[in-house]
Amino acid sequence: MGKVKFGIVVFPGSNCDHDAQYVAGDMMGQDARFIWHKESSLGDIDVVILPGGFAYGDYLRCGAIARFSPIMKDVVTFARKGGTVLGICNGFQVLTEAGLLPGALLRNSSLRFVCKYVNIRVENCTTRFTSACSKGEVLEIPVAHGDGNYFADNDTVRRLVDNNQVIFKYCTREGDVTESSNPNGSLMNIAGIMNESGNVLGLMPHPERAADPLLGHTDGRKIFDSIVQGFTGIERTTETISMERR
Amino acid sequence: MYLSKITVTLRKSILDPQGKAVEHGIHSLGFESVEDVRIGKFIELSVNASSKNEAELVTRDVCQKLLANPVMEDFSFVVEEVKED
Repeated sequence: MGKVKFGIVVFPGSNCDHDAQYVAGDMMGQDARFIWHKESSLGDIDVVILPGGFAYGDYLRCGAIARFSPIMKDVVTFARKGGTVLGICNGFQVLTEAGLLPGALLRNSSLRFVCKYVNIRVENCTTRFTSACSKGEVLEIPVAHGDGNYFADNDTVRRLVDNNQVIFKYCTREGDVTESSNPNGSLMNIAGIMNESGNVLGLMPHPERAADPLLGHTDGRKIFDSIVQGFTGIERTTETISMERR
Repeated sequence: MYLSKITVTLRKSILDPQGKAVEHGIHSLGFESVEDVRIGKFIELSVNASSKNEAELVTRDVCQKLLANPVMEDFSFVVEEVKED
């Protein structure tokens, strides 16, 4: 197969769209294009990324207005057909508002905007988003959000746990899930979840900001690698990694 | 014309850290009798409907579909008739 076709949806207020395009396109050599939110069709796309930012200024609730953008109808159709959808930060919020992922993201319990590196533990490495990780692996990836406090009712959380849909949890560097390693008050330290059929992932941390070695951290790259490997079947070799390091 | 006055608040089961912070402020002013501060949103809609009942139905629909997220929020509203001049 040729290049994997990433479609990065751009809402008014998106600000991590170019970072995502840089990683998928410039760094990984895949076909990564922007899709303006007013478009009605995604076109010929393998993966949809809903990027981070502040779509519609977070008015009313984060993601509440963005879910009514024209493109979202086709994103929902694409997801229902099993298409791969990755929602990062604000994109995660949009996915919950659109009903593609359960639960909601509340104001951080500290009431503060949190912008720092955190550690997240990979709870399930058998997904199309984490196949390049190992179970229990700790990734160091930054967060930057004011509303990342994951909440869902008890039944929903039980279902998420029973179906292995909790993909990432905030943890210590050693991989212990503790209260002090939870940056926002999320239920059970949840940092990222997947839908039941396994094709839609939302996470608060920003993997696209921890992919280029020039920036010091590359753990986020594993999420992009997992997605691409799922289509190409080719694992990233040490040879290509050293080439990327230039 | 009808005026809908809508209140959206976090559900009772959800901790409201903003309300808690304001409660601390109220207590430090000496108002010890005040407790359980909850912060929400107030929204007004002008609804062009032929009856109060119709305006209420529209308001409820808008609240359920957009203004409140049922996962975390409750809403309530009152609808008043606005006399045209």
